[in-house]
Amino acid sequence: MDLQVALLLGQDGLTNGAIYALLALALVLVFAVTRVVFIPQGEFVAFGALTLASFQADKTPGTLWLLLAAGGLVSLFEVGAALRRRKLGLVAPTLLWNLAYPALAAAIAVLGHPVAWPLAFQVLLSLALVVPLGPMVYRLAFQPLAEASVLVLLIVAVAVHLVLVGLGLLIFGAEGSRTPPFSEASFEIGSIAVNGQTVWVLVASLVLVGSLFVFFDRTLRGKALRATALNRTGARLMGISTVKAGKQAFMLAALIGAFSGVLIAPITTIYYDSGFLIGLKGFVGAIVGGLTSYPIAAAGAVLVGLLESYSSFWASAFKEVIVFTLIIPVLLWRSLKSQDIDEHQ
Amino acid sequence: MKLRIVAAMLVAATFVSVARADVNVGVTLSATGPAASLGIPEKNTVALMPTIIAGQKINYVVLDDASDTTTAVKNARKLVSENKVDVIVGSTTSPNSLAMIDVAAEAETPMISMAASSAIVDPVDARRRWVFKTPQNDVQMSTAIVEHMTNNGIKNVAFIGFADAYGEGWFREFSKVAELRKLKIVASERFNRTDTSVTGQVLKILSSNPDAVLVAGAGTPAALPQTTLKERGYKGRVYQTHGVANNDFLRVGGNSVEGTFLPAGPVLVAAQLPESNPVKKSALEYVNKYETAYGKGSTSTFGAHAWDAGLLLQNAIPVALKKGQPGSKEFRSALRDALEGLKNVTVSHGVVNMSAVDHLGFDQRARVMVKIENGAWKLQ
Repeated sequence: MDLQVALLLGQDGLTNGAIYALLALALVLVFAVTRVVFIPQGEFVAFGALTLASFQADKTPGTLWLLLAAGGLVSLFEVGAALRRRKLGLVAPTLLWNLAYPALAAAIAVLGHPVAWPLAFQVLLSLALVVPLGPMVYRLAFQPLAEASVLVLLIVAVAVHLVLVGLGLLIFGAEGSRTPPFSEASFEIGSIAVNGQTVWVLVASLVLVGSLFVFFDRTLRGKALRATALNRTGARLMGISTVKAGKQAFMLAALIGAFSGVLIAPITTIYYDSGFLIGLKGFVGAIVGGLTSYPIAAAGAVLVGLLESYSSFWASAFKEVIVFTLIIPVLLWRSLKSQDIDEHQ
Repeated sequence: MKLRIVAAMLVAATFVSVARADVNVGVTLSATGPAASLGIPEKNTVALMPTIIAGQKINYVVLDDASDTTTAVKNARKLVSENKVDVIVGSTTSPNSLAMIDVAAEAETPMISMAASSAIVDPVDARRRWVFKTPQNDVQMSTAIVEHMTNNGIKNVAFIGFADAYGEGWFREFSKVAELRKLKIVASERFNRTDTSVTGQVLKILSSNPDAVLVAGAGTPAALPQTTLKERGYKGRVYQTHGVANNDFLRVGGNSVEGTFLPAGPVLVAAQLPESNPVKKSALEYVNKYETAYGKGSTSTFGAHAWDAGLLLQNAIPVALKKGQPGSKEFRSALRDALEGLKNVTVSHGVVNMSAVDHLGFDQRARVMVKIENGAWKLQ
């Protein structure tokens, strides 16, 4: 291995690592706020990428029907709950978000002819279709169980993952898609060529991490989320709605997932089930951070990306083994070091 | 009293339906999971198969094994014990088919696999007596590739394949043939279907400076190594296997798969075959039938393997019907013998001549070399 190969591998590892880092952050966020180990995180990656690809192939993306159906279900639940509790004032905003908004987005996607739009608008519309699925999934699958144990929530998360993968096969088909890169530009840094998409991935990840930091540190909503993560009961006593916090966490997770999908779709072919493995590598990163620390999780995910890249050069047949074996020493070290894992149980 | 009569009628009805002597064909295939892109066209094809053969009604029981070996075995057991099928067709992938051999042999039910690995029917022993298959062996295909390489002055070649049974099987067969023909394998790399990047493997391949690269993957995931090779400025030849022979591969690969060579079943380029080719008519018949039902450009060679299994049955069932009643042990055994005795049956992938030692029955006519030109398959 000469220096050039090492640098190219490093570049590749960083690109994938940046995506894993974003997913690791989303996983830590969801776990901290709702105690859900969010296995279906990867599905949002696939949904985001494939929705964008559908627009470019001039097809109506299947996510549209999924959004309409999920919105309809949520509306039914919410209206039923509102009627039981005789709080009819809640009905209007619920219907607005779960029926009117999906219908509007659907109308735009069907009638607006997005194939002719510039890429940036296609990306925005894809996000607009996929991201609301996050809070809807929370409402349907997790909110009724919000007080259940971590194990129950994990089992539900696995079930949601299987449902979403199945739906993905149904609406997108078995074959994968690729989308054109955000920029065709290519730079020469020293002796190696860096392509535009790599720069896009790195910059977008940094910007997203930065804005998450600002959100959690500087805004009231972000602080409310942090408070919920630290102490649910305490947060409720302070008048923070844990339900709302849960929905916001899932919305952010869906946003991060779908955006990662849009970022990675020009680099590789994405299939309806690609998301799981990408999410799992983000999960390894999140585990390194003990599912609590954002910076360590992000660093762990970048490490996973680099390890993957270099091991694919040295021993490609064992790449996956090497990456996932990383989790064992980390878990050993963490379980020896810390005694306070049960704090949230 | 009334209840008793109803119950008696229900029991009677069940007996009637069992006694009715239709031929039951049990199908298990991978319509979901990683092999779905192969399993779905197979499933579509089963729906086009004839429901009456030689005046006998044929029932198809189609199950999905989700590309999972355990489920495939469970399906096979269910088909023989609950549905009392006379023949099993399936499964889509080699690992699934290999695992189902025991069930077929135990239940003494003939089985026709739609998977590639030669280990499914070779050697024909006490268990594999019952097993047949329709796709070309990987040995036949690797010989075709190696021949094409050596004829074109290629001296050393790099290999990159799936890190699973498909890639390993190909490497084993390919390296055997390559050694015989003095072709040097300078790099052997693996990748996963779901990998988002193969830069590491490709850099390693480039550093070994090969005249040609063989990518052994199935379906659209096999496009990724080639795209990366192109990105990294590789100028040599690239060979693919027949596992990529569907139009989605062309869509996903786009420009970067131009000029690729691969061996494939003749059905892939049915319209381009010369009139003298005996396979042309049966291949075109399948393509027309499939595209009428599912739209233009929708055929794949995988669905054709299922079609061929159907053609074998259409030729074997009339013979077996003379020896026994469907649903009986005699019929299943006669069906096995009839399958083994098939001679000169033209299917969409070639001409089948079965024998007691060959349960595939293909010869040279079952493969052609194809080049990708202007985003389309071109017969060489």
